[in-house]
Amino acid sequence: MKRMGIVCCSVLTLVLLAVPLLAQQSPATASPVTPSASASSPEVPQAVTEKLNQLEQKVTAAQSSADNAWMLVSAALVLMMTGPGLALFYGGVVRQKNVLAIMMESFAVMALITVLWALVGYSLCFGGDGPFIGNFHMALLRGVGALPNADYAGTIPQTTFMVYQLMFAIITPALITGATAERMKFSGTVLFMTLWFLVVYAPMAHMVWGKGRFLNASLGGRFPTLDFAGGTVVHVTSGVSALVCALYLGKRVGYPKQPMPPHSLVLSFTGACLLWVGWFGFNAGSALASNGLASSAFVATHFGAAAAAIGWCVAEWFKNGRASALGAISGAVAGLVAITPAAGFVGPRSALAIGFIAGIFCFWMVTKFKAIFGYDDALDAFGVHGAGGTIGALLTGVCARVAVNPIFGDGKAVGGLDGHWGQVGNQLVGVLIAWVLALVGTIIILKVVDVTTGLRVTEEHEVQGLDISLHGEEGYNLES
Amino acid sequence: MMKIEAIIQPSRFESVKDALLEIGIEGMTVTEVRGHGRQKGHTEVYRGREYTVDLLPKVKLELVLADQLVNRAVDAILKSAKTGKIGDGKIFLSRVEEAIRIRNEERGESAL
Repeated sequence: MKRMGIVCCSVLTLVLLAVPLLAQQSPATASPVTPSASASSPEVPQAVTEKLNQLEQKVTAAQSSADNAWMLVSAALVLMMTGPGLALFYGGVVRQKNVLAIMMESFAVMALITVLWALVGYSLCFGGDGPFIGNFHMALLRGVGALPNADYAGTIPQTTFMVYQLMFAIITPALITGATAERMKFSGTVLFMTLWFLVVYAPMAHMVWGKGRFLNASLGGRFPTLDFAGGTVVHVTSGVSALVCALYLGKRVGYPKQPMPPHSLVLSFTGACLLWVGWFGFNAGSALASNGLASSAFVATHFGAAAAAIGWCVAEWFKNGRASALGAISGAVAGLVAITPAAGFVGPRSALAIGFIAGIFCFWMVTKFKAIFGYDDALDAFGVHGAGGTIGALLTGVCARVAVNPIFGDGKAVGGLDGHWGQVGNQLVGVLIAWVLALVGTIIILKVVDVTTGLRVTEEHEVQGLDISLHGEEGYNLES
Repeated sequence: MMKIEAIIQPSRFESVKDALLEIGIEGMTVTEVRGHGRQKGHTEVYRGREYTVDLLPKVKLELVLADQLVNRAVDAILKSAKTGKIGDGKIFLSRVEEAIRIRNEERGESAL
C-alpha cells in the first residue's frame, strides 16, 4: 500500500513536470520524453503507463485546442484587413466616382485568390522542399486535413495553417490596387492578380516561409531572412510591384494639376482602425500558436503602430504646421508595415524605435520622394508598403534579439544588437531578392496583360468614373 | 414686387431667418451654394499635396416681397447677416413682373 503511494506520488510529479515541458515544446519532440522516463522505472505497472499516455494525449489535445482557437481567430482577423479594412482605407482616398471600383478590386481578390489557393496556391507556397518554389503535391488541397503539418505548425490542424496563410495571399495583391487606382481596367486587374500571385507571391512565400533551405530562417536556409509576418513576402513585393504598375500605367488624367482630394476620410479612418486591429492576427498570429511569442509580437505590433503614427504627425507638424487625420492613420499603417517582419523578434523598445523611424521615413517617401520623381502612385502603395517593408526588414536585422526569439538555436545571437551584424546582410539579401522578383515579375506580367485584356480604361471612362463605366453602378445614390 | 437674393455666410443663416420672421416674413427659398467674391479660399493638404479650395460654401436666400416690405427686409438681413469680415456676402434686388399661386391661380401681390 505504501509502495503504491510512492509510485502514485512519483507519477504525479512526472506529470506535473511534463506539463510545462509540453507547453514549451512541440509534441513531436516532447512525446518521447515521458514514455522513456516511465519505462526506466520498472516498478511502474502497465495501468499507470497507459494512464500516462492518455494524459499526454490529453495535454497535446488541450494545447492543440488552445492554439487552434487563436489561429482561427487570427485567420478571420487577417481577412478583415482586406475586407473591410483595406477596402475602406483605399475607398475613402479615391474620388467619389471610383469608390466602388477600388472596393470591388479588394473583394474580387478575396474570391479569386481563395479559389487559386485551393487549386494550386497552397501547394506552390508550402509543398515540397525546392529552394525557389513549392510543387503540386498538395494541389486541390490533397492531404490537407486535421493532422498538423509538422514542418510548419505542429500543434494545429493543417487546415487551419492552410486557411491562415491564404489570408496573407489575399491581402498582398490587394495592396497593389492602391497604385493602379482610378484608371486600371477590371478585366486587366483580375488577370494581373492571377498571374502576380503565381509568379511573384508564391515563389517569395515559399523561399522565405517554405521548407527550402534558401531564405527560410527557422529551417536552416542559406541566407536566413528574418521575416516574421511578411515584411518581404507581403509588403516589399506588393509595394515594389505597385511602383512598377504606377510607372507602367502612367498618371491619371489631370494628375497632378487637377485636385484629387480624398472623397471621404471618414471611410479611410474606419478602414485604418480595422487594419490596426486586424494586424494583431497578422503579426501575433504568425507565432502559429497561442504562446508567449504571440504575446510579444502582439505588443511589438501595437507599439510600432503607435510610434509611427506619432512619427508621421510630428514630421507633418514641422512641415505644414498641423497634424492631419490622414497623416495619423497613414503613419500608423506605415508602422504596422515596418513592424511586420520584426514583430516576433524584437522587444517593445525596439518596436517603438522601428515604428517612429518608419513613420518619418514613409512621410518623406510619399511627400518628397514621390514629388521628386513625379510618378502617380495614387494611394501610396509603394510609399507606405514598399518603403515601410524595406526599412522594417532591414531594421529587423539590427533589432532582433535571441531573448525574444532564439530562432537560430538557444543562446545563438540573432540580430545586430545581439552582436550578429551579419544578419543585416542576410536581411539585405532577402530584401533584394524580393525587389528583383517583384520588379522583373511585374514588368513581364504587365506586358502580358497589356497585350491580352489591356491595362487602362479609355480616357472617357476614366473621366466618367470607373464605378459607372466598369461596373454600371454608383457608390452613392444619395437622392434615391 | 421685388425679389431679394441674399448670399450669406452659412453660420448667419439661422439669425437671418429669425430676423425676417420678426418682421412677418415667412416665405423664402433657401439653397446651399458655393462661390467666392473677394474672400480668398483656404488650402487643404493631403499627404503633402496641397489643394486650394476657393469656392466656399454659402447660403442663398430668395424672397419675393411686396414693395413696402422690401426696405425692412433688407435692413433685417443686413443687421443679422453682418459679421464685419470679408465673405459676409451680398444682397441683390430686382423687379418681379408677376407672381402666380399654382394652387388657385391667384396673381400679383396677393399670390405672395
